[in-house]
Amino acid sequence: MRHTLALAGVLALTWLLWSGHTGALLLGLGLLSVAATAALARRMGLVDGEGVPLAVVRPGLITYLPWLLWQVVLSSIDVGRRVWARDPGLAPRMLHVTPTQATLTGRVLYANSITLTPGTISVMMEDDDILVHALHAEAADGLASGDMDRRVTALEGPA
Amino acid sequence: MIVEVVVGILLGLGGLACITGAVGLLRFPDVYSRMHASGVTDTLGAGLVVLGLLVWAALGDGGWATALAEGHAEAAKPGLLQSVKLVSILFFLWVSGTTAVHALAKAAWLDGLVPWTRDEEGASSTR
Repeated sequence: MRHTLALAGVLALTWLLWSGHTGALLLGLGLLSVAATAALARRMGLVDGEGVPLAVVRPGLITYLPWLLWQVVLSSIDVGRRVWARDPGLAPRMLHVTPTQATLTGRVLYANSITLTPGTISVMMEDDDILVHALHAEAADGLASGDMDRRVTALEGPA
Repeated sequence: MIVEVVVGILLGLGGLACITGAVGLLRFPDVYSRMHASGVTDTLGAGLVVLGLLVWAALGDGGWATALAEGHAEAAKPGLLQSVKLVSILFFLWVSGTTAVHALAKAAWLDGLVPWTRDEEGASSTR
């Protein structure tokens, strides 16, 4: 029920903010659409911790997202410089990292964070192992230091 | 005037990042490393362009922050709604971009494509 309410809330907010109309007709249509969508999603069995990842909405996001954003900027600039360099200095390698997050949602957030930062891409994800393609040794070492992993685990909080 | 210059610089840098991704796509040696290059377009390029547009929506002609400062709450509404849409666009780009890149890399890996490497350490890690 918690997930259904959250889904309906997000849908309603999206309807309001993307249309910007507050007339009775459009609000009524919005209410109908939100109710129909939430009911359909429930019937299809999509409304659970995976379809509506409430678990990831935690106070720690306020500090994690800016940090991630900064990492994305730094690594983008690094990859961008290599693109224009006469010798890009590429030395790609694969490495395995072990996620320490307890929940699936936390692991998905970690793996997606790895992919979002240019220089590292999550290739495979199995039980306790993420296979990563790194563009060069520094990118691989940075990831292997486990800094990002610790931050996502801290974000996840006590289970 | 300052706002125009700042927005222009942001959009220009965003465009440069997009071109950088495209050049890297051509210059880098194999499909995996090319994905890293395209990531620059996806993340930094799109991010800087949207950031520039957000600044413009706030402080440009009829921007919402300017309207609010002058006490026209109603005039600020379109700019604020546009900003929400811009942030939504960036959010969906970043989430779908990472998912697509991961799916692509996984497909290449499962198909048995061995990444291009240069040094011995890299070569031994791909076996």
